[in-house]
Amino acid sequence: MNYQQATWEQETEGGEAVNEPLLSEKRMETVSHEDVDLPDELVRDELTLPEPAEPEVASHYTRLSQMNYSVEHGPYPLGSCTMKYNPKFIEDVAALEDAAMHPDRPEADAQGTLTLLYRLQEYLAEIGGMETVTLQPPAGAAGEFTGLLVARAYHRSNDEDAERREVIVPASAHGTNFASAAMAGYDVVELPSNEDGRVPVDALEEAVGESTAALMLTNPNTLGLFERDIEDIAETVHEAGGLLYYDGANLNALLGRARPGDMGFDIMHYNVHKTFASPHGGGGPGAGPIGVIDELTEFLPDPHVRKADDGSFELSEPAESVGKVHGFHGNWLVLLKTYAYISRLGDAGLKDTSAMAVLNANYLASQIDLDIPYEPFHHEFVASAGDVDAAEFAKGMLDEGVHPPTTKWPEIVDEALMTEPTEALNKDQLDILAEAFTAASRKTPEQLAAAPTTTAAARIDQTGAARNPRLSWRDLEGNDE
Amino acid sequence: MTMQRIQHDEGDRTHEPAESSPFAPQTPQEVEEMLSAIGAESVEELFDVPEAVAFDGDFDIDAKSEFEVVTEIEELLGRNADRTEFLGRGHYDHYVPSVVDYLSLRSEFLTSYTQYQPETSQGFLQALFEFQSMIVELTGLPVANCSMYDAATALGEAATLAARVRDTSGSRVLVPETIRSERRSVLENYTEGAELTVGTYPLVDGNVDLDALTELFDDDIVMVYAESPTARGAIEERLPSIATLADDHEAAFCLGSDPVALALLQEPAAVGADIVIGDASVLGLSASYGMGLGLFAVKQAYLRQVPGRLVGTSKTADGRRAYTLTLQTREQHIRKERATSNICTNQAWVALRTAIHIASLGASGLSALAEDCVTTAAEAAARLNDIDGISAPVDDRHHFREFVARTNRPATEVVSELAEKGFLVHEAGEFEVQVCVTETNSGDLDDLVAAVREVLG
Repeated sequence: MNYQQATWEQETEGGEAVNEPLLSEKRMETVSHEDVDLPDELVRDELTLPEPAEPEVASHYTRLSQMNYSVEHGPYPLGSCTMKYNPKFIEDVAALEDAAMHPDRPEADAQGTLTLLYRLQEYLAEIGGMETVTLQPPAGAAGEFTGLLVARAYHRSNDEDAERREVIVPASAHGTNFASAAMAGYDVVELPSNEDGRVPVDALEEAVGESTAALMLTNPNTLGLFERDIEDIAETVHEAGGLLYYDGANLNALLGRARPGDMGFDIMHYNVHKTFASPHGGGGPGAGPIGVIDELTEFLPDPHVRKADDGSFELSEPAESVGKVHGFHGNWLVLLKTYAYISRLGDAGLKDTSAMAVLNANYLASQIDLDIPYEPFHHEFVASAGDVDAAEFAKGMLDEGVHPPTTKWPEIVDEALMTEPTEALNKDQLDILAEAFTAASRKTPEQLAAAPTTTAAARIDQTGAARNPRLSWRDLEGNDE
Repeated sequence: MTMQRIQHDEGDRTHEPAESSPFAPQTPQEVEEMLSAIGAESVEELFDVPEAVAFDGDFDIDAKSEFEVVTEIEELLGRNADRTEFLGRGHYDHYVPSVVDYLSLRSEFLTSYTQYQPETSQGFLQALFEFQSMIVELTGLPVANCSMYDAATALGEAATLAARVRDTSGSRVLVPETIRSERRSVLENYTEGAELTVGTYPLVDGNVDLDALTELFDDDIVMVYAESPTARGAIEERLPSIATLADDHEAAFCLGSDPVALALLQEPAAVGADIVIGDASVLGLSASYGMGLGLFAVKQAYLRQVPGRLVGTSKTADGRRAYTLTLQTREQHIRKERATSNICTNQAWVALRTAIHIASLGASGLSALAEDCVTTAAEAAARLNDIDGISAPVDDRHHFREFVARTNRPATEVVSELAEKGFLVHEAGEFEVQVCVTETNSGDLDDLVAAVREVLG
């Protein structure tokens, strides 16, 4: 495929070659506050910011957008990120005037919003097989953190918090699992995978005990494999008095086929920006609702949307709530988009989503001539770039007009290419993506080192960026003072 | 490219309830071809789920057409009462120009993700670099990240950062007694894992009580937090003294503010702030039920301990300036349990919107907006103060956007009677209400004043 990303190559006044000048290199203005009725010592001397006219703003950001690859350009198979199509109508729903509301509105004045949030809680509980859901955590990692706060509150209620100081995390887990456990004050115990890429039950039996607070697990795991021993795993953790936490990053594989609650999980988070199509927005916002079993319901964050006896909806504080994990009610607009997506799809659409996601991953894998050491995988697979550095391999794929997979992780596969096409690609696009793998694998090391050549920027010196951090336009030469 | 024959009776996909996902494009024929390439008989065969944990039930969620979903949500949200909000206390409604929507909703921005491949993501990276730069201009601090979730989580991250950067151990964080209880609760959840506790210091007449704070301060304090404007809308006048106290005890001084206030008020760097947090989505998002954008800026010495994404510049192989995520060894996907934070997905798209909003206002537009926040609050307070039965502002300070008024009847009654007349204000104390005015509701101020006169006059 011939592909060329847009760019507007030019030189700044300082003689530096750029793709599009910074706003600060166009027109800056310095203003001071002459007439404001405040004592001088409370007022800043001056303020310097860009001062573009609206046509210039529009042109600047339109150009920037065209130097940015997105889901709507084509395949974006980042593993564990679920880069699926984001329906347009959910944006219109989020833009409804009645959605724009202050978070401190009394419950009686917010019944529409609370009804919708309550229904979304119910939908997610049903989909995950959990008893109760809170929508407050603003991202997946925030959901993990919240889930561990709930676990801690539970152990504290049993007077076991002082002993249960460990969270067990499989080596192949998402990096956030480790970090969330540490933030919640836990010691992390890393559990290596067994030779078929799954959690080794015998090693888990050794690892659990009176110090175990929880085991965090994603299923299918990051290799796309279903943890077939999940019932034994759950029993092992529960017998030791620990809780089982489900990382929902890979839920797109299982909609309507298996539910974390039925597998024995006690706490789970949902990544709505992955599974339920709210847009990724260049890094967020997402939302990370968590679901819990009945026994943990009263530990959920405050407030929780509940149905009152008179049928109205209220914000209530669970009896033993962990308190708050967001200043208000979480990422409301994202939750609204999630509700719209789930309502559109219904049972049949949700089940079809996972069916097509798994079909797409398996078909794509069948068209790629690289070693895929672990199977049977579901919505994603991890191929090995073999003797080639996976990061270099990815740069080679960029020139084929696709986004490459997640690279060099999980580490259990050498030079990993973690690939998740999602349900949203048709067969032609999957073939194009497969050809991109093939094209990259045929490139010589020299060709890969010279890649990419079709993107707005050629290969970027990342080490240089870290060695000498320039983090604002003030840090750039010729632009300070 | 093949054309698919659509049976006439299948109708338009966007107007029929989905029997399959309307966002999965595979035709039945393609499914057959794909299965055959895989060597499988059916899609079901591809699922390796043990029967004991398989789910064969239904969620009982009916599929709907796009029109039905939109209609349903319009109807639902229409149940929200139609009231004019004079609400603030950490969440504000400024007018967002149309250009922000049109540009930020471009799918190139909206449907991309974290810039793991910088060569093909220069546009978003540059926009985030410009966002960081704007925050640097507003705070005077040299390092700003791409975003935290909101002000409360940013405050939590600030506290744990403050504990990490300190040479000596400490165990306490001090916050103003007027902090929103929700913000404090989030902070306490963040500090618990780091074995820090949170205490409060009193305010006097709307600003920090310096004598009391001095009394409370010792070397066990890792961070002191102050707000300007405060949750009661007062501009804090004693920031330099708080900074000095913090310095004397090797504590970090964290200031809570927002980009509109920062455009007018003394630069945080100039008053001695080490960290600035706040909600940057006061520009970029209109009232959104509390969804925010955590602003996070620090002094240079804290750079390696910053949570979240940072965009820096570098060079391409052919010598051009380029942008890339940098110092990623701080982050969870590299450093795991030793990362500075667990944050991965953040509020990047909101940061884009905030940057576009700031750019479209420009230095002069933003500056004028900030000045209006002082003028309008003062005018509104003066008008309410003219009414018998209410005095405003309670705190003898300068105010920004909002202020507290004292009522001669219980605030609960006043708030609910005003709501019946179509106006929402906060209950700020037993005989105190809080009123927030921006350009989006100042046109309704006459009506609010008339309603207050009826309720209290």
